[in-house]
Amino acid sequence: MPAGVKEPGREWNRMDRLLKNHRDRWLGALALVLALVIWEIYAALIVRNSFLLPSPTDVLFAFFSILDKGILLADFTESFIHFGIGLLMALLVGIPVGIAMGWSRKFDAFLDPVIEILRPIPPLAWIPFAIIWFGFTAYSAGFVIFIGAVFPILINTYSGFRSVPRIYVDAGKMLGCTKNQDMIRYIAFPSALPSVAAGIRIATGVGWMCLVAAELFGVSNSGLGFNLWHYYDLHQMDVVVVYMVLLGLIGLAFDMIFRYFIDRHFLKWRTGEVA
Amino acid sequence: MGDLVIKNLCQSFPRDDGTTLSAIEDLNLAVHDKEFVCVLGPSGCGKTTLLRMIAGLDTATSGEILLDGSRIAGPDPKIGIVFQEYSLFPWRNVIDNVAFGLEMKGVGNDERYRVAREYLDLVGLAQFAKSYPSELSGGMRQRVAVARALALDPVVLLMDEPFGALDAQTRNMLQTELLGIWEKTKKTIVFITHSVDEAVFLADRILVLTPRPGQICEDIVIDLVRPRDRTSVEFAKLRRRVLELINQPKCTLQ
Repeated sequence: MPAGVKEPGREWNRMDRLLKNHRDRWLGALALVLALVIWEIYAALIVRNSFLLPSPTDVLFAFFSILDKGILLADFTESFIHFGIGLLMALLVGIPVGIAMGWSRKFDAFLDPVIEILRPIPPLAWIPFAIIWFGFTAYSAGFVIFIGAVFPILINTYSGFRSVPRIYVDAGKMLGCTKNQDMIRYIAFPSALPSVAAGIRIATGVGWMCLVAAELFGVSNSGLGFNLWHYYDLHQMDVVVVYMVLLGLIGLAFDMIFRYFIDRHFLKWRTGEVA
Repeated sequence: MGDLVIKNLCQSFPRDDGTTLSAIEDLNLAVHDKEFVCVLGPSGCGKTTLLRMIAGLDTATSGEILLDGSRIAGPDPKIGIVFQEYSLFPWRNVIDNVAFGLEMKGVGNDERYRVAREYLDLVGLAQFAKSYPSELSGGMRQRVAVARALALDPVVLLMDEPFGALDAQTRNMLQTELLGIWEKTKKTIVFITHSVDEAVFLADRILVLTPRPGQICEDIVIDLVRPRDRTSVEFAKLRRRVLELINQPKCTLQ
């Protein structure tokens, strides 16, 4: 078979998938429009109280007023700093510990009870200690996000390493990959990478969800979470909805960007195994 | 050189009820340099156990395995293996799979890919160098696995029912290809199979293994000239003889 034959086939499959996605996409758009219309009608004609339920138009105007104030950039920056600190620390701790626990049964037995006791404690329950340890700083918000993000990364790395197929380890050994660090680097890690990536994706979501709470206790004077609470205190519920929507959209964007990279990176070697 | 000698090999596993299960008991055999030997036996007779011990992946309970006089104590680059399951690394493309062993040895980029390409050529898959294993058919995957094992230039090639998961047509094709590769590279090959047809087609010598505990009960020299014709009378006669031999009481009784 000439080399060129495989390529168009693959392209075709992708085209096919894209087309199918496009064909059904209008359904999702329809649902969005319907939801907005129902919300508008319900808020403007039935509830008629923009404190209890701001309508989409209220929210839109509130959004423009916030844009006018020019505080959004500072909010984004502040929140990304908190989120970045938390996620980075979660990666730095979660991946190595997950690797160690997945690779060594001794280390697993040693650390597992501690992890299992810490893991169910809700990230928000750590807020008092976050304040005592780190004060009212970005690090303390980062710490709360770290607690939310570290466990999904750790657990997924661990299970990825635990389920490295024996056959790859054997094949590696027979090809001269016998040292522990080589086996981790060349066999276990690549084999576990899809699972690690899935863990990071979950952690991104959980961490983002912790953001509002992490900014609730006043570690900064801006931030998406901070201002959500701030405008709640001012009883400007339409602005609160603006921040809710922004938080949702950014979370969605993270997820989509992440998924795009995962697909691009792993799809080429996982097609046929996942499908 | 590739002289393989196995002396008084025993392998047993502890069972849950405290007793031990003897998988291989007092097994002796000698495989000569450049010889193509098939180990034939029913499922569960310890064929794979035997091969894993030769490969150095498992340690024997007692006895020893010598390659050219020196004892095998662990995975050794002088011994290559092709597994029954698909064992290519799915995250590496074909050429990087074949080059893996050389990469572990620290061979530089250019040299590594040159050698890998050479062996890909040998199995006829040079144009799939950049493909990923998931894009290949089962037969192609096993061919790449053969190239990957050969790329380190081992003296012994172990094959654990490598074509077991393939359809009959592909299987016959790969058997012929394997003989071609063997003639070109002149490795010692220990090939495990449960198919009498496959063994008679490939082997210089067939070793028949009994069910647990595994022991060699027959050592059959196949002196049919190559290329062998599966449909010839001589082939059929030999196949019948092998079938008779493996069905005699000493080869079937536990």
